[in-house]
Amino acid sequence: MMVNSMFAEGFQLFPHQASTLAPSVDWLYLFIVAVNVAITVLVMVLLVAFAIIFRRKSEDDLPEPMHGNVPLEIFWTAIPTLICGVMFLWGVKVWSEIVVPPRDATELYVVGRQWMWKIQHPGGQREINAIHVPVGSNFKLIVTAEDVIHCFSIPDFRIKTDAVPGRYNQMWFNATKPGKYHIYCTEYCGTEHSRMIGWIHVMEREDYAKWLNEQAEGGDGLQGRKLFSKLQCITCHSDANKAPLLENIFRKDREIGYMDGKPVPPGTKVLADEAYLRESIRNPNAKIHRGFASPTIMPAYDRDLVTEEELLQVITYIRSLKQGETPTRTEETPTPQPITSADKASSNATEKTSGSAK
Amino acid sequence: MSAINLDRRVVGEAASTHEATPKPATNYLNHETTIASWLLTLDHKRIGLLYLVGISLMFVLGGAFAGLIRLELMTPKGDLLTGDVYNKSFTAHGVVMIFLFLIPSIPAVLGNFLLPIMIGTKDVAFPRLNLLSFYVYAAGGVFLALALLLGGVDTGWTFYTPLSSTYANGNVMVAALGVFVIGFSSILTGLNFVVTIHRMRAPGMTWFRMPLFVWAMYATSLIQILGTPVVAITIALVGFERFLGVGIFDPRLGGDPILFQHLFWFYSHPAVYIMILPSLGVASELVSTFSRKGVFGYHIIACSSIAIAIFGFVVWAHHMFTSGLSQYAAMVFSVLTFSVAIPSGIKVFSWLATMYKGSVSLASPMIFFFGFIGLFTIGGMTGLFLSTLGTDIHLHDTYFVVAHFHYIMVGGAIMGFMGGIHYWWPKITGRMYNETLAKISAALIFVGFNFTFFPQFFLGYMGMPRRYHEYPEELQVLNVLSTVGASVLAIGYLTPGIYLPFSFFFGKKAPKNPWGATTLEWTECESPPSPHNFDHNPPVYDHVYDYSTLNKEAAVVSH
Repeated sequence: MMVNSMFAEGFQLFPHQASTLAPSVDWLYLFIVAVNVAITVLVMVLLVAFAIIFRRKSEDDLPEPMHGNVPLEIFWTAIPTLICGVMFLWGVKVWSEIVVPPRDATELYVVGRQWMWKIQHPGGQREINAIHVPVGSNFKLIVTAEDVIHCFSIPDFRIKTDAVPGRYNQMWFNATKPGKYHIYCTEYCGTEHSRMIGWIHVMEREDYAKWLNEQAEGGDGLQGRKLFSKLQCITCHSDANKAPLLENIFRKDREIGYMDGKPVPPGTKVLADEAYLRESIRNPNAKIHRGFASPTIMPAYDRDLVTEEELLQVITYIRSLKQGETPTRTEETPTPQPITSADKASSNATEKTSGSAK
Repeated sequence: MSAINLDRRVVGEAASTHEATPKPATNYLNHETTIASWLLTLDHKRIGLLYLVGISLMFVLGGAFAGLIRLELMTPKGDLLTGDVYNKSFTAHGVVMIFLFLIPSIPAVLGNFLLPIMIGTKDVAFPRLNLLSFYVYAAGGVFLALALLLGGVDTGWTFYTPLSSTYANGNVMVAALGVFVIGFSSILTGLNFVVTIHRMRAPGMTWFRMPLFVWAMYATSLIQILGTPVVAITIALVGFERFLGVGIFDPRLGGDPILFQHLFWFYSHPAVYIMILPSLGVASELVSTFSRKGVFGYHIIACSSIAIAIFGFVVWAHHMFTSGLSQYAAMVFSVLTFSVAIPSGIKVFSWLATMYKGSVSLASPMIFFFGFIGLFTIGGMTGLFLSTLGTDIHLHDTYFVVAHFHYIMVGGAIMGFMGGIHYWWPKITGRMYNETLAKISAALIFVGFNFTFFPQFFLGYMGMPRRYHEYPEELQVLNVLSTVGASVLAIGYLTPGIYLPFSFFFGKKAPKNPWGATTLEWTECESPPSPHNFDHNPPVYDHVYDYSTLNKEAAVVSH
């Protein structure tokens, strides 16, 4: 992670070797470069040398005609053929490394669309224009497209494959160096083609494990945040006069005013852990924070209103709420009227409908 | 200078034994002067000049778009053009340069002018078809101009589906129709040349006495006839899909977008050889004349042109190695692609062997030839990276490919075209141009070209994708270098646009054979040629590049 910055800047003439495939491709490349240089230099030197040595000395020069030289012609047909043969075979060898993924590779799904890359991890983590992977693991990308043809390319890994609508193409890599590397779309795909780019973040294993957890939390947290608005928690819990703010409360002691509708002595505290949060949502009157009325106007969010899964998401969200992060209330979430028992029943009904429609 | 002396010697000898045949006062340029006599001419030489005017305008237009692209890429951010305008610019650059400039360049200009003369006949087999071909070309050009004026096309010159058939904004079908129409111009020219070469050769002009330029034109014409209909069919299919909703390429309609690529490259890869083969032919003429020696391995060079044309048809899928092509198919296409490298290499070595122990003149066309060899060799050699499967995956669709094909199609093809224009200019116009300026132009083009495109090999290996409007900052240095080189290149290309037209009006009168060449257009034709090229059937009784008979021949001509 910390090496990121040095990769993104500065002048380079050669891409990073950041995957196990990169050295294989580079050696082959350098071999062809060597052949290229040798033959090109040979041609240029002969060209210049002949132009100088055999330059026209007099207007009456009449060189001996020369129609061919069979051994010479066989030589310069056979040698290039041989060289091409070596290149072809070496090329096939490297290419078979590139196109055949190892069996144990973790599968990621990549979907290209105008103009973004959507990536899906096996654990459900989703990313856009970014991939996080650990160093030293085999990953197989299964690549397709929604609209037009794109091409998923990671030059520092020396791999690419077309993203073709209606087809699954695959490619694989094993990243060798932590850092962040360019992802490009290399098949022209319309107006924003050059913005269909992203980064692949190669992380140390422990950083990656942390990232996976954070992403998992982030995933649930995000859902929790949505529920926080949808269930109208936001209407009161964003205003300290109506209800306690929920910022930075997790694993802190809370001073309690009422328990099950009965006042408790001053100084009574409970730890705000998952169980406390859960209880306060399912049965708000179980414990009322000091300074607030009992019974509370907050409805009891039973299983019909909030599933266990959703409850975990809301708790995850509350756990993550830091100072000043409480969202502000909008028009969509009007201040609720105090709920009477009759109101509560009807409100339950509506919530149920919307819940089941989900 | 020196070459002119030689000619004086030859002409002088000829003149001394010359009887009463007066030099014809009229030539194809001055025997008729009305505008209609140009626009409705059936003379292959005049049609060649009509094409020259047409493609020169298109070259300037295509070059202007290239200028926009290079200016935009001076900075990593897209700050000069919007993404949309940038995309339309490179599409216009590609379409104009390929379909309106490169494909017709040498065949339609030099081929039209020279092919009948070189085989000793008065015109092509079908003069009216030849004129029609020009107007079909012009009509296609009008469609493309219309597409530009209506707001441009943003699919790239490759028109890949489903982008072109479903998603692209702009005027794809208008442009595609233009390409469709221009294709017929190409087919008509190719057909005309093939029939002319088969049926119209002068007595004694056997197949293996034909100049190598004619062989190259023959190979080119075969590709034009056999390949172009495929792109026409493909465009028609895109039209069916777009207008009738027939599912051919669009997966949502049950089509296969990869099918388009197969059909497109089945034409467009051979089309690369339509662009470069004529230049290879020109190169053979240049190296022979300016080494005063027959081309080494004449038969092999002649056959290698045909070999390249044939192999060119079976390598198309090397454009598709990353598309999910079957792994066995990929190996087959890789091998076949290497097989094109061999005849190309043989040509280069044979040209060098022609210079060996020759009498090498450094006249300006030869300087263009040197530049051609340099750029064509680099272009050809870098193709090896792309035919090798292991490296192609990384390089596919990057600037490496852009650099490679510009070295071939611009470096090689246009250097050859320039060499040809400078070589035959005295014959075409009857005037000599300024040698010094010509050599400066050749040097500027060579240097500018390498500065423009060599950095792009590095950009490509770094992974910079083609057709990018914006790019990461670390790639800026190489891009700036490329743009600076492009400015030098532009000056190099524009210089002949000044001194050549100038020479047309004010240049020194050109002698009949200023370079001391052996082919019929020099030995049997005045500069400029008479309206019907020859006053008699030109005698052909020996090998085409026989310099030992140059003087004797002059004597024979004069009887």
